[in-house]
Amino acid sequence: MTSALGSAPTGRDERPARPTPTRAHRFRWARAAGTGWLYVLPALVMYAVFVLRPLALTIQYSLYDWNGIGVARWAGLDNYLTVFTDSDLLKIIGNAVILIVFFSFIPVALGLLVASLVRRITTGAFGTVVRTILFLPQVIPLVAAGIAWSWLLSSNGLINQVLRAVGLGGVARAWLGDFDTALPAVGVIGAWVLLGLCTILLVTGMSKIDPALYEAARLDGAGPVREFLAVTLPSLRQEIGVCLTVTIIAALASFDIVYISTSGGPGLQTTVPGLEIYRLAFSQRQVGLASALAVVLMLLVLACVLPIQRLTRGEKP
Amino acid sequence: MNLSRREQVTGRVFLIVLILVTLLPFVSMLSAALQPRGTVPTGLSWPSDPQWGNFADAFTAANMGALLRSSLLIVLGVVPVSVLIATMAGFGLGQLRVPGARLVFGLFLLGLTLPFEAVVTPLYYQMQDLGLLNTRWAIILPLIGLYMPFAVFWMRAHFTNVPVELSEAARVDGSSTWQLFWRVQVPLARPAIASLTILMFLWTWNQFLLAIVLVDDATKRTMAGALGAFQGQWGTDLVLLCAGSLLILTPTLIVFLIFQRQFIKALIQGSVKG
Repeated sequence: MTSALGSAPTGRDERPARPTPTRAHRFRWARAAGTGWLYVLPALVMYAVFVLRPLALTIQYSLYDWNGIGVARWAGLDNYLTVFTDSDLLKIIGNAVILIVFFSFIPVALGLLVASLVRRITTGAFGTVVRTILFLPQVIPLVAAGIAWSWLLSSNGLINQVLRAVGLGGVARAWLGDFDTALPAVGVIGAWVLLGLCTILLVTGMSKIDPALYEAARLDGAGPVREFLAVTLPSLRQEIGVCLTVTIIAALASFDIVYISTSGGPGLQTTVPGLEIYRLAFSQRQVGLASALAVVLMLLVLACVLPIQRLTRGEKP
Repeated sequence: MNLSRREQVTGRVFLIVLILVTLLPFVSMLSAALQPRGTVPTGLSWPSDPQWGNFADAFTAANMGALLRSSLLIVLGVVPVSVLIATMAGFGLGQLRVPGARLVFGLFLLGLTLPFEAVVTPLYYQMQDLGLLNTRWAIILPLIGLYMPFAVFWMRAHFTNVPVELSEAARVDGSSTWQLFWRVQVPLARPAIASLTILMFLWTWNQFLLAIVLVDDATKRTMAGALGAFQGQWGTDLVLLCAGSLLILTPTLIVFLIFQRQFIKALIQGSVKG
């Protein structure tokens, strides 16, 4: 899901003061409230049955040693202890954190650069073509992106073809199969998927900046760099927050791309928590450990996303 | 403000490079897909004799007819229901402001950043207990639930901004809550509903994790899930794999190109709001 906590218009959350309730009034109001609840109920039931209950069960499983079939044995916090001490699992969590650089920082930084260059030329037919093409990676399944890039990065792929053509054949390798390059290679796929979204979001944000601010900056003698730091960047706080939120969640919860392009290999080089949860729960039958890792992943997402929300929400001039 | 000529040119060059980088994977896939079967394609080399027939082979090998039908059934199972119940909930929370609305909304917010991996294991056992494993229901029902945090958030944001006076006026005219919802509010909410529908369609069509965990039979999965199985089966036949992957992503591509304006708008709004 591309969603995250956001900067929704909060609107009027306070119920307008009701007149002193007469008995008839109170009765009508209670009935209206009852009817109102009927509207909320279907969504709430689906959410409770297919999200809240499983969520509670994940927490419960995480406290047990269970193979999914036999009797579960109470394990207390043992699974969590394993998550935080097992070197493999720590490495896997570390991989996800490294992926944040590729999935999040690169698309946002590059997106800022591109967006500030193209600020005003995305109008007209050229603009439509650009927007449409930049959005393609957002629209196709991540699995397809994984397959396409596995082919580009393979030993016979385009990347190596280009390297050999420019005389860098010595560097050529199976990028996704090499211990040193596999994780960055997976990161590049993520960056490719998310760059377009970030760019378009940032361009949209920039188009809302008051041109007078730029005029003023120019009059003060600011060059393009100063202008970017003094005007563009501060005005885009909220958009940057959104980009970071969406992309960090994509990095931490990555699954599709990794599953298809490397299945976590070579070794554990590209294994991420999402993949490990899947493997532990469904091939290793270590449901308890998988669930503990899932809880840790959830907390990790919150720990990354909530501060960004706090920092970038509101206070927009 | 006028941009200097140099800035215009740099900007355009950058954009063109970006477009090329975005398109390269697709072009490279296409060039591989058109090589003769059984050869080992290299990088980007346009075949002298393009084998368009590979697509026909891939169509049969991937069982495309069945896949399309399956994805459509899943989308039809998920999207209308999700959109309807999320709209109703958004109306209840944002417009009727039922008592406890804040609490319930907070509960929905809880799920907003939830990675699907966090609940997929219990969902498996839940589906097993319900006897729904390996049926499309195993994808449809959880997806509806998993979409609720975002969908309710989205619709509530719309309904909180509709003036309450509108509802009060309708009530004075003697309309029931249902009439108010259906005749007054839903037509007004059409743009929000349309964007939500587009997002739900896209996310459902591309859903991978639930499809591979909960359904073994590839012909009962979503398009993305089926692509995973296709890769497993034809991973060594690169020509066919590329042809098949291109075929499998064609439907979304077509839908996207037709509705691209709405898609981009929905995706931008979706991420800003979400």
